[in-house]
Parts: sequence; C-alpha cells; structure tokens
Amino acid sequence: MAERRIAFRLNGREVSCTVRDHETLAAMLRDRFQLYSVRESCAQGLCGCCTVIVDGLAVSGCLYLAPLVDGKSVETVEGLGEEGRLDPVQTAFIEHGAFQCGFCTPGMVLMSHQLLQENPQPDQEAIAHYLSGNLCRCATYPEIVEAVRAAAQGSHVAKEEKSHG
Amino acid sequence: MTREVGRSLPRLESEAKVTGRAEYIHNLTLPGMVYGKIVRSTVAHGRIRRIDASQADRLPGVVAVITAAEVARIVQDPYYGPAFHDQPVLAVDKVHYVGDPVALVVGEDRDVLEAAADLVAVEYEELPAVFDERAAAEPGAPVIHEVIRPAATFTDLKNLKPASGSNVAMAYQLRHGDLEAGFAQADYIFEDEFHSHQVTHTPLEPIVTVAEPRGDGGLDIYTSSQSPSFVRMELARLLKWPENRIRVRTAYLGGGFGAKLYMKLEPLAAVAALLLRRPVKLSLSMEEQFYTITRHGATVRLKTGVTRDGRMVARACTIWWNGGAYADIGPRVTQKSGFTAAGPYDIPHVSIDSYAVYTNLPPAGALRGFGIPQLVWAYESQADLIAHRLGIDPWEFRWKNALRPDRPHATGTLMRDAGVLEVLQELKRLMRWDEPFDRGSGTRRRGRGIAIGLKAAITPTTSVAIVNLYGDGSCAVYSSTVDMGQGSDTVLAQLAAEVLGLDAREVRIVHPDTDVTPYDMATLGSRSTYHMGNAVLRAAEEVRHQLRAIGSEIFKCRPEEVELQDGHLVAGERRVSFKEAMEWRFGMQAGNLIGVGSFTPTYKKPDPATGESEDITTFWMVGGNGAEVEVDTETGRVTVTKLVTVGDAGKALNPGLVRTQLSGAALMQLGFTLFEEMRFEDGQVVNASLADYKLLGMRDLPSSVVAEFVEVGATHGPFGAKGIGEVGSLAVSPAVANAVFDAVGVRITSLPLTPEKVLRALKEQAGEIWEEVE
Repeated sequence: MAERRIAFRLNGREVSCTVRDHETLAAMLRDRFQLYSVRESCAQGLCGCCTVIVDGLAVSGCLYLAPLVDGKSVETVEGLGEEGRLDPVQTAFIEHGAFQCGFCTPGMVLMSHQLLQENPQPDQEAIAHYLSGNLCRCATYPEIVEAVRAAAQGSHVAKEEKSHG
Repeated sequence: MTREVGRSLPRLESEAKVTGRAEYIHNLTLPGMVYGKIVRSTVAHGRIRRIDASQADRLPGVVAVITAAEVARIVQDPYYGPAFHDQPVLAVDKVHYVGDPVALVVGEDRDVLEAAADLVAVEYEELPAVFDERAAAEPGAPVIHEVIRPAATFTDLKNLKPASGSNVAMAYQLRHGDLEAGFAQADYIFEDEFHSHQVTHTPLEPIVTVAEPRGDGGLDIYTSSQSPSFVRMELARLLKWPENRIRVRTAYLGGGFGAKLYMKLEPLAAVAALLLRRPVKLSLSMEEQFYTITRHGATVRLKTGVTRDGRMVARACTIWWNGGAYADIGPRVTQKSGFTAAGPYDIPHVSIDSYAVYTNLPPAGALRGFGIPQLVWAYESQADLIAHRLGIDPWEFRWKNALRPDRPHATGTLMRDAGVLEVLQELKRLMRWDEPFDRGSGTRRRGRGIAIGLKAAITPTTSVAIVNLYGDGSCAVYSSTVDMGQGSDTVLAQLAAEVLGLDAREVRIVHPDTDVTPYDMATLGSRSTYHMGNAVLRAAEEVRHQLRAIGSEIFKCRPEEVELQDGHLVAGERRVSFKEAMEWRFGMQAGNLIGVGSFTPTYKKPDPATGESEDITTFWMVGGNGAEVEVDTETGRVTVTKLVTVGDAGKALNPGLVRTQLSGAALMQLGFTLFEEMRFEDGQVVNASLADYKLLGMRDLPSSVVAEFVEVGATHGPFGAKGIGEVGSLAVSPAVANAVFDAVGVRITSLPLTPEKVLRALKEQAGEIWEEVE
C-alpha cells in the first residue's frame, strides 16, 4: 500500500503526516490528530457527521481522500472559536438546546457557521437548504433552526454595535 | 418552592457536545487493540455445512478467524437473550436470517478486514423460510427454533412459557368482562385490520463495543450500551464467572432509541478478547445496524362493538408481532404493550390476544415506544373510522370514551395520575379544533387529525443510586443511567441539587461503570426520571440527613432546624459551608458522606388466565398528537404542515428538555409514518443504507412543530415527575392518517403513508384503474 507525506494547514496550524493513498480524511483526522469531532457514521456522505471544511468548502470526511488535502487548509469544529471562547453558533446551540445525543452536533455547528459566513441573515428556507445534508436522529431540527436564527441575529447585533462603536 | 426542579437548565455536557469533545465509545482506542468484522449469513434459514476460513486466515493483517467452534472454548453454552436464551454468540449449526453472525475476522487493519470477511467461504443447506408474522404463526410453518429456553432474568418475564415446536414464542392473553355479552349490547360492530411495517433505529453512533482482558483474569467492557448492569449480569452468566470479574463502562451514547439494549456486540467482543488475550473493538457499520435490531412489524386486528350514541362496549384485539429470528425483548413487548391494546378507553368488555412470533427476519426489539405506536396505529385509526361512521366528531368520540380517573383499565388496574382528559383538552386547544379550518382546493386538499395513546411503565424494575459528598463539600451522583441524549445527567443533577441546596451545574454525574455505579435495570421505557430519579432523591436525602446531624452538633440545635442552602448549612443567622462541616466532622478536608438510595415500585403479577392485575404498572404515560396535512391528489404526496404533541409529564423537572424530548420523539415517528421502511426480498434487507432508507431531515420538517406538556402529578414520582422519552411518539402515525382521511376521504391501514399508497387509494376511490408498470 502506497504511502505519501503530505503537509497542510489544520485549524490554523501547519502540520504534516504520512498517509496511505486510500485513507479517508475522517480516518486521518481521528487516528493521527485525535480530532474526534469528525465522526464516521453512514460512510456514504449522507449524514454529515464527518463534516470537515477544506479550503472553505464543506466536505464529507468519510468520502474525501486524505492525500487530497496536501497543501490545503482544513478546519474542524475543534478549531472554532477564539482563545477558549465559544463561537456564537456554539453558544446559540447551547442556549436553544439544539442537540440531544450530540453526535451530529459538530457537523451541524460547522455547517451553520459556514452558512452564516456566506449568508449572515438566512431565512428558514436558506437554513433548511444549507443543513439538509446533516441528519439528526434525535430530530432536534426545530431547535437547530432557532439556534441558527439566534446566532444570525447575534452576529448582526454584534456587527452593528461594532460599527456604532 | 423548588429552585433546581422545574428549571430549564441547559444540558450539563453542553459545551463538550458543541465543541466535539464529548466522550463516546466510538472514539475509544486502547494500546494493542485489534478490530473485528462480522461475517454474516447470506441465507434466511439454513444449516451450515462448512466454513472455510483458510483464505481469509492467510491474508496479511488478519490475526484470527473465529467461528462457533472457537467460541465454545470460552463459552460452552453460547445462547443469550433477555427473555429467551435463543441467540448464539456466533451461529451454531444453523442460521436464522440474512445477516445472522456466522464468523468474526479479527485484525489490526480495518481496511483489510472488509476483504478478509469476503474471503470466508460458508456453505449452507437452505431450509424453507418464513417472513410474514401471520404465516409464521400458522401450523405447518417452517419451525425456526426447535427448542426455546426462558431466561428468567427479570421477574416480570419469569412466567413467560415459550411454546417449543412452533414459531409462536409466547402468547399473552387478557380477558376482562364478558365479551359475548358486550358485543350483544352493541348496535354496530367494526372489524378492521391494521399493519405496521419494520423500521430501524439507526443511531448515528453505530453500536460499538471494546472488550479488554485484564491481567487479573477479569474483563473490562467499554460499550455503547443502554443497559450496563444487564450486560455484566448476562456476560457473567455466559462465562460462568461472578459478576465482580467483569467491569462494564459506558460513555455518552450517540443515540440509542432501544437499539443499544441488552446485549448486542458485547458477547462476541468478550469472547474474541479472551481468545486473543488483547483488546478487541467491534463497530457496526450503518448497514450492519439494519441486520442487528429492528422495530416489530405487526398485524393488529380489532373488533369493536359500539352503541348508537358512540360508546364502545366491547373490543377484541388480536396482535401478531413479527419478532424476527431472535426474541430479544419481544416477549416483553408482547405482554407489556399487549395489555394496553384496547387504548385509553373505558370499555367494559375486552379481550386481548398478543403473539410473539419468530420469523426469518432480523431480530426485532424495543424502539422508542416499545410496541405501543403499532397498537395506537390500529386503535386510533379505528376510532376515527367509528366516529366518522357514527357522525360524531373524532375528538368528542375520544372524550366520551376516555378512561376517567379511578375507572378500571382493562387489566383491572385503576387509572390514577393519568392525564388522558388533560392531554385531550390541551390537544384540542393547540389544534384549534373548534375553529374553522382551510380545507384547500383543487389538487391540494387539507385535513387534520388527532390521536391519543396510553403506555404503562414497565414494572417492576429497580434503580439504585449513590450520592457522595467529598471532603471539600463538592458532590457526585453515581448512577448507571445512560445519557443517550435524553438529558438524564442534567435531570438527576437537578434532583440531587434540589435536596442538597446546591446548583445542579456543580453536581458531578459519574457515568455508568459497574465497578463504581450501582445497579440499574436499564435506560429504557421512559423509566429513568421516575425510577433513578427516586433513587437519587433517596440517596441525596440520606446525605442531607447526615449533614443536618453535623449541623445540629455545630449549631447545638435540632437537626430539622438545619437548612441546606447554596452549599451551606444554615440555622437562623449561623452558616457554615459544607467544606467546613466536613472539616468539623473529619478533623480536616477528608472523608465522605455517602447516601444510598434504591427504588423498586410495587407490582402485582397478572393472573395468567385473565391477564388482570390490580397493580399492573407504577405509572401511566399518556401522549397525544395532532396533525394538519396537505395531500396532493395528483401525486398522493402527504405534506404535514403542523405537528402537535402533548404529553403528560407528571411534573416537568426540566421543561426545556421535556419539550425537546416530546418533539424529537414525534418527529422520529413522523419519519416512520411517512417514508421510513425496511424492505426485504427473500429475507434480505434491500435498502440497508441511508441512501435507500430515508431518515427525516431538515427538509421534512413541518412548518409548525408544537410540543407541550400537561402536569398530572404522579403520586410516587420524584416531585410528581413521570418519564417522557417515548410519549411524543405514541400517536403520530394515526394522527397523520386521520388527517389524510379528513383531507381526501381515503383510509390507509398499512404504514408507511407513501405517495404510491395514497394515490392508489385515491384512484380506487374514484373508480379508476391503476395501471401497473413493470
């Protein structure tokens, strides 16, 4: 089995490791970097539990081959928030009880974060569209929608405050 | 006034969950660990002629191939199960369904194992198979298990007598009143049959177990189990060890819903680890979850006698449960759910016959509601049929027949603390039942429906808890309740905090570890808040008693004058912290104050002939659902626009968590109602993946989702609380079907409510011929 050395940016830090050609991004992040927020569940790219951001684009870590991140930037939920402070999306998820078992939560949080970067004021339709690839078997969907809305509101308010300040 | 109880505190583990740092067994790796991959039967029923593992064995990276022959070196009698000992660790001589575990390939490289499993060649002599529960119960059907042995682990299952030589694993009957006389009083008799399909749990953290042999000859099991105490007990029985040689630990579960109950991967992981003398991790793939545990398909036949003025006077219920190849907890479903088959109604004459039937399908067990949704599907669909025929409003019909307080349920147990009327009233309010309703037009027709279900808490079961106050005054609760998303950690902390005058966020919940946390029957059947809640209350009260005794010595007053507030003992103006109290008692920051609480409710076994008992359950669960739908008459597609859920919480200890449990359960059930369906061809699941078995997603959310609770205090519940985890799921399916009927006048009697089924019914109603296109 062929192996290769790759180097990439992981949650803002330059890292390198040796991977096998057939290794998935999810397996590499878990086995070599202990990033357990990346969770293989359906293994078909359908549930969103292994969501990872590669060069600003959400991918399924269970389908994306690890060697392909060579030279790229990879973000997981462990990299969210600054200096031990939670990201507003995470805070909103807590305040609105937007999870139960928590297994799908990192994927949901990452996608919601991504959505707000692209569309700071999403409507219900935009939220449903963006999160339609993430499954929550506990069906905490109504609370997730509320949390995303609240996070959008919060970031909106925060920006206004900044511009006024 | 309570401070902690009744407060919508966010889950204690919130931050760990949103940062991806919560602990799951899914993440566990141990030094020297190897992985296993199960080789599964490709035939539905057959004798194993030969297993050739030589090719797999030679593959680099494969450590061992284990079959029943190797299992026998560790476990002589390899059959297990909570009701019957019918499931072998690996198939012995025979296989009973497509997917039955036949061998285990073990190795260091997970990727190699996939290939290795394919290289294990198994030759079968196929036997006739049977898949339908009605056909399997007929005399002359192929017999799936020649001999069945009862397990007798749980007292309530001790009287189950399996019938060998037939596929009817167990028959439960109830006889209440005089059925003949009842039907003679009736002006109308309705006879209908309803079918529920097989669905499955698919927790997003698939079932996973790690087994590690210890140097001292013991065994550690790390498992995504809802029932750690049972796993220890049943593994000890298999190994003929004392329970104290086995340690079972769990973490947070990435969903359970009943899939992770009793034993699943634990026996195979244990045997493999003991054979190889190293840690072994077994993880199911999503596909394999479909082969491991399902929800019972069921056929329910109801014959109901009604008077002209709309009173139900007699009801005969016959239920065939499709149990699949191994009984798992099916016999308990057959009995415990079976006895509620006549619904939450005051019917003087009732008979119930409930049959657990073996078939050559994957085993069926508990899934959020424990058989009740299949029964409610039948009796609440029929309730609307009757109301419509009699020209009575569906809500009025239910209100008229509802079991009032202190009236006897069909089992003879009096209805107490059961919010049947309160749930109906709240349902009516939230559905705006008395207001005009937009019925749509053209090809978009709108309708609304309601339904209500009743469930009895599984009784009797035991929970034990320990509350431990440490030398610095901080507190921990030791409980074997498993938090799989329902929020038990938070609620148990709230209860302990309430008694001890602490903030729940300061209470540490020690997760299940059978070396540390005491016995709990299991996390199932909405039982933890009530049973473990009571145990934690009692344990905390014991610690409070000890603290007050210390306080009375410090303050020179009577113990009952000592209050516990904000981590302090208080008597009038005087205050000392718990830490100071501990220092006073032990001379330094040291020692423990330990309280132990245990809870086992009262219960009276039903009479085997009549099925009656005056104390059949420790509390009743009542849940109602309402749905507004839009039916596209050109495609048959049903869109649920509003979903209302009402549950009787007894007392909501954490209202936020209660609402989330109610709406989550209802939405899960909505998926089962509209599209989730396991499909089989010759016993083979043909849609065992999330690509072909559709789970409810963000796009399927009704535009209005309402979840509310009523509080009809449970006399023996902690602060009056009851369990709520399953309550939201009970009546969703008939509420939606009743709404479809209301919209377009077609009655679907078989789940799920697919567009094809609805369209076919619409065409038939219009007298049009359905063209089958092959």
